[in-house]
Amino acid sequence: MKGNRWGYLWKITKGNRILYGGAIVSMILSAVVSLLPPLVIGITIDSIIGNKPFNIHPRALDIIEMLGGKSLLAQNLWVCGLVLIILNIVNGYFQYTRGKWSAQASENIARNVRNELYDHLQNLPYEDLVKAETGDLIQRCTSDVETVRRFLAMQLVEIGRSLAMLVVSLIAMFSLSVKMAWVSISVVPLIFLFSFIFYGRIRKAFKGADEAEGRMSTVLQENLTGIRVVRAFGRQAYEAGKFDDSNAEYTQLWKHLNRLLALFWSSTDLLSMVQQSAVLIFGVYWAAMGELSLGILLTFLSYIDMLLWPVRQLGRILTDMGKTHVSLGRIREIIEKPLEDMNEEGLKPPMDRDIEFKNVYFEYDEGRPVLKDVSFKVKRGQTVAVLGATGTGKSSLVHLLQRLYDYQRGSITIGGVELKDINKRWLRERVGIVLQEPFLFSRSIKDNIALAKKDIGDDQIYKASRIAAVHDVISEFEDGYDTMVGERGVTLSGGQKQRVAIARTLILDSSILIFDDSLSAVDTETDNAIREALEQRSKGITTFIISHRITTISQADIILVMEDGKIAQWGTHRQLLSKEGLYRRIWSIQNSLEGELEKNLA
Amino acid sequence: MDAFKEQEYNKSIDFGLWKGLLKYIKPYKKKLITLALAMIGVGAVDVAFPLMTKYAIDNFIETGRINGLWGFAGVFLGLVVFQAVNVYFFIDIAGAVELDLGYDIRKAGFKKLQELSFSYYDKTSVGWLMARMTSDIERLGATIAWSMVDLAWGLTMMIGGLIAMFYMNWKLTLITLSVVPFLAVISLYFQKRILAAYRVVRKTNSKITGAFNEGIMGAKTTKTLVREDENLKEFSVLTGKMYHSAVRAVVFSSIYLPIVTTMASIGTALALWSGGRGVVLGVVGFGTLSAFISYTAQFFHPVRDLARIFAEFQNAQASAERVMAMLNTQPDIKDSPLVIEKYGTEFAPKHSNWEEIEGDVSFQNVSFSYKDGEEVLENFSLKVGRGETIALVGETGSGKSTIVNLICRFYEPQEGRILIDGVDYRERSQLWLQSNIGYVLQDPHLFSGTISENIRYGRLEASDEEVIEAAKLVNAHEFIMKMDGGYNSDVGEGGNRLSTGEKQLISFARAILANPRILVLDEATSSIDTETEQMIQSAINRLLEGRTSFIIAHRLSTIRSADRILVIKDGRMIEQGSHNMLMRQKGYYYRLYTNQFKEERELSALNA
Ligand SMILES: Nc1ncnc2c1ncn2[C@@H]1O[C@H](COP(=O)(O)OP(=O)(O)O)[C@@H](O)[C@H]1O
Ligand SMILES: Nc1ncnc2c1ncn2[C@@H]1O[C@H](COP(=O)(O)OP(=O)(O)O)[C@@H](O)[C@H]1O
Ligand SMILES: [Mg+2]
Ligand SMILES: [Mg+2]
Repeated sequence: MKGNRWGYLWKITKGNRILYGGAIVSMILSAVVSLLPPLVIGITIDSIIGNKPFNIHPRALDIIEMLGGKSLLAQNLWVCGLVLIILNIVNGYFQYTRGKWSAQASENIARNVRNELYDHLQNLPYEDLVKAETGDLIQRCTSDVETVRRFLAMQLVEIGRSLAMLVVSLIAMFSLSVKMAWVSISVVPLIFLFSFIFYGRIRKAFKGADEAEGRMSTVLQENLTGIRVVRAFGRQAYEAGKFDDSNAEYTQLWKHLNRLLALFWSSTDLLSMVQQSAVLIFGVYWAAMGELSLGILLTFLSYIDMLLWPVRQLGRILTDMGKTHVSLGRIREIIEKPLEDMNEEGLKPPMDRDIEFKNVYFEYDEGRPVLKDVSFKVKRGQTVAVLGATGTGKSSLVHLLQRLYDYQRGSITIGGVELKDINKRWLRERVGIVLQEPFLFSRSIKDNIALAKKDIGDDQIYKASRIAAVHDVISEFEDGYDTMVGERGVTLSGGQKQRVAIARTLILDSSILIFDDSLSAVDTETDNAIREALEQRSKGITTFIISHRITTISQADIILVMEDGKIAQWGTHRQLLSKEGLYRRIWSIQNSLEGELEKNLA
Repeated sequence: MDAFKEQEYNKSIDFGLWKGLLKYIKPYKKKLITLALAMIGVGAVDVAFPLMTKYAIDNFIETGRINGLWGFAGVFLGLVVFQAVNVYFFIDIAGAVELDLGYDIRKAGFKKLQELSFSYYDKTSVGWLMARMTSDIERLGATIAWSMVDLAWGLTMMIGGLIAMFYMNWKLTLITLSVVPFLAVISLYFQKRILAAYRVVRKTNSKITGAFNEGIMGAKTTKTLVREDENLKEFSVLTGKMYHSAVRAVVFSSIYLPIVTTMASIGTALALWSGGRGVVLGVVGFGTLSAFISYTAQFFHPVRDLARIFAEFQNAQASAERVMAMLNTQPDIKDSPLVIEKYGTEFAPKHSNWEEIEGDVSFQNVSFSYKDGEEVLENFSLKVGRGETIALVGETGSGKSTIVNLICRFYEPQEGRILIDGVDYRERSQLWLQSNIGYVLQDPHLFSGTISENIRYGRLEASDEEVIEAAKLVNAHEFIMKMDGGYNSDVGEGGNRLSTGEKQLISFARAILANPRILVLDEATSSIDTETEQMIQSAINRLLEGRTSFIIAHRLSTIRSADRILVIKDGRMIEQGSHNMLMRQKGYYYRLYTNQFKEERELSALNA
């Protein structure tokens, strides 16, 4: 992926190159026009007000004649003033178009990159999202994009101007005096050599600094996300220390970079000034020897500024290019991560069909299987309950149904069609899952419920939330459905959050519904009500329920009891109770209470 | 798109704001002065170069003699080296000030963020805060360090030019300066617009950062709901806004700067016109005019630079506003100066003055609401003795978590008092209380790092054995050992690589390790299977001895052994007593649990 970064930069400028062309031309024109006002002032003072002969090009003399000639102009000096003002306005206009067009181009590119990053991130495979370092990603999406944008806004256009000035001054110099011209550019190669050496070092230093920023961003993001835990354990000082470490590291690395830049700039300045003094001293020497006219020396002294300015500028551009190179690399690391294969060409079979798991194996990390040889069948419309110890793979099992992860061996079929052959979008739209830890977005409750479907009527929202037994609660809030939910749903109680998440999934009208421990924070009474409402509605919908409450799962058509990644037992409540095993053990724990209860009442 | 409004600002030039920043700039006074001196050095040498050239022309070329040229060359090169050294220091110092300033402000900002109350985080997005802590602070530091210098330099040049002009011809000077009032009016006009545009830019920047944060954190949910396209559409509205406001800001500055130069050229033209007429009429000397004109250039050149700095400052102010607002936020819950004097701050606690906590908790007529008008607790009273185990049951949303949040002083009651060991907890520091409480939050949150690091968060100085002991107590040891890295296994960001139940166990172990006098378990075992829960139960019961504890749970098995069960409904306590007592009462609690077992009984009847 190396060298390709500039190719990537070229690619993202697509659609904005004409704007850049315009900006560069404006810049050059503005540079040219800005040479004129001093001339006008000089001529006016020296030759119109004063009496020096006109020392200018015949064309320019024509213009003065056209304006009325010396004597008339001397009587009407406002004309000269007006020319001055007009030239400034023309120059200003080019400055304006330069600023506007380069801003439009660079901001447009930044916008496209931001959008691309955002879209890319959310379309990464589930696995990558679980492993993501959010803070670092955010730093790449903001700070690195900003570095690239700044380069595009300021430096890209400068390159055009600098090159133009360089060429113009070189030509002018060589046509005046070849000897002096060689003297004038003698140190320039050294400056470029220096720039290239520093380019590498600055790139490296910036890389370190940029990565440190990413780490600091991660510390910050994690701290803010977990601020409630920090406070609960009174760990403010500890966290401040941790942040201070990354803050100090970041500052240190940037200082290192800054020192390098100081060294680079001062040394190129030194070289430029040495170049200037060489011109002066050699020029003076030759002039004193009579080999060079004073006029040409003076001209050279002004040209050398014109030459050195772009040379220095190019050096600066080069260092910014070093930064941009690093940032582009970090951005590209995201962009180049393969997207989740949505299997767009996949089949779109009806999903309200029987489901079959056959010898399914699944692992997150190689060599540590989470699901082992899982096989079972579910008839369309049945309710499947999953029970099992913590970490036995219940959530993993249902994640497979939406293909959030891919099973390594075995097969899962819906109506006989292998899951891997189905178009993923089609699949996910028809398999609704309420994740064990649902994420609510910081927007209104209504928008949260309506998330999955746009253009949805209020009545549908109400219907879904009634089934999720949350309608009454929401209606009691002062702002009702427009109540804002804090980030990740922090301003709702645990059970309210779970039920909003249920309503949100119900909106989808899926053929298969999965509740991953979605009622754990809901009291048993409400739990009952929700399940009853669901049963009413979801005739023909295959439902998976993961729960630890026997009461919640006892009425299921099939109960899968998982132990250590395998299905240890399965059957109906009654069948399972008649067998030794985990199910009966759990039932008896929960049921012994009942015995006790009856004793109490007696 | 977002839940709560990003802040709006509308003052034009806010001196109070910059004054507030002065506190942070102060430590760098010396450096800034050195910087100014270095700049003067740079300027002086810049002035010296043309003089040197003039000297060389006068002395060598005019005379045609070159003795002394090498000496001259030596002096010249000396100046060159001096200048280069100056440049080095100037950049080094300015950069150091910029970065140190940023470091200081970030540090202060982070501390502030640790002090702010939960209520602040209820309505503030993490992404917004990150934008303030990163890009806004960076911009601020850079502007202060680099523009201040330009500003000082520009002002000096301007004043110098002005004095020279007045000295030479005050009438011409006044004519030239007649454009200045217009310049001021125009600057004011543009300042407002540029600032307004930059405010939108900074605000949108903050929102974009927030959108990235939420987008990444919520990406899993997005995926399950197949909402990617819709999300992107919403996000592009934001980036579109960014585009428009950023271009707008640049366009305003790109109009403003040429207007300033044009105004300057009008000044020069006026001088040329009236001065030239003066020359023609013989009132003004020719030499005066040409010198005067070059001084106008010297005067107006920094004006253009100042205009640029002025525009940059608008940008910096838009950032400074956001940063300073964050730094100046007063936490809703704050220790009083008296308390701080005795107990110390969060960052410098005075442990020696801390009383031993006993664990008596009492609520006296407490009323509380998160939002005005939505009372969650009403006139709530409760007395809990040290060592008591209290279970809280009730529907979700009835206020159980709220009660324990109040005990931990994450929120404070609007009315009534909460006493710990018989003293209003506002008379002691938050840290005192919170370091004595072990809290297992309803949403288990782990930090990225290893399992042992996460457990050790409860007590940083705990030994490995103690960590393992805590893990064993909550039955987590077994699954931890099954993992490849054992206690050194990485849990992933937010604990993502563990199952929810495993996360709960780890956060349980973390609270136990803290060895607190008061233990709060807010649905701490809701995602844990019954068998494991049973196994933990007895260990927990032993652990709870002598500690005051609050347990919120829905499963009967978790709560029935509590000393006292409180039944909460709509923020009121409707029943309380031991399990047996409440069962006999046949009230709400009885109904709650007989319902739970009604089906059960039917089923087992069928089964029999
Ligand atoms: N993203 C992941 N990466 C690696 N291991 C994981 C990941 N998610 C879960 N696991 C592990 O897989 C096992 C099963 O997890 P899960 O299916 O969530 O369990 P549960 O039955 O509690 O829902 C656990 O041991 C857990 O640690
Ligand atoms: N941070 C908050 N901001 C605003 N309202 C809140 C906040 N936390 C909880 N609430 C509301 O207060 C009520 C009680 O919530 P909570 O105490 O969490 O209930 P639970 O009994 O389920 O723990 C609920 O209606 C909830 O929506
Ligand atoms: Mg799970
Ligand atoms: Mg709660």
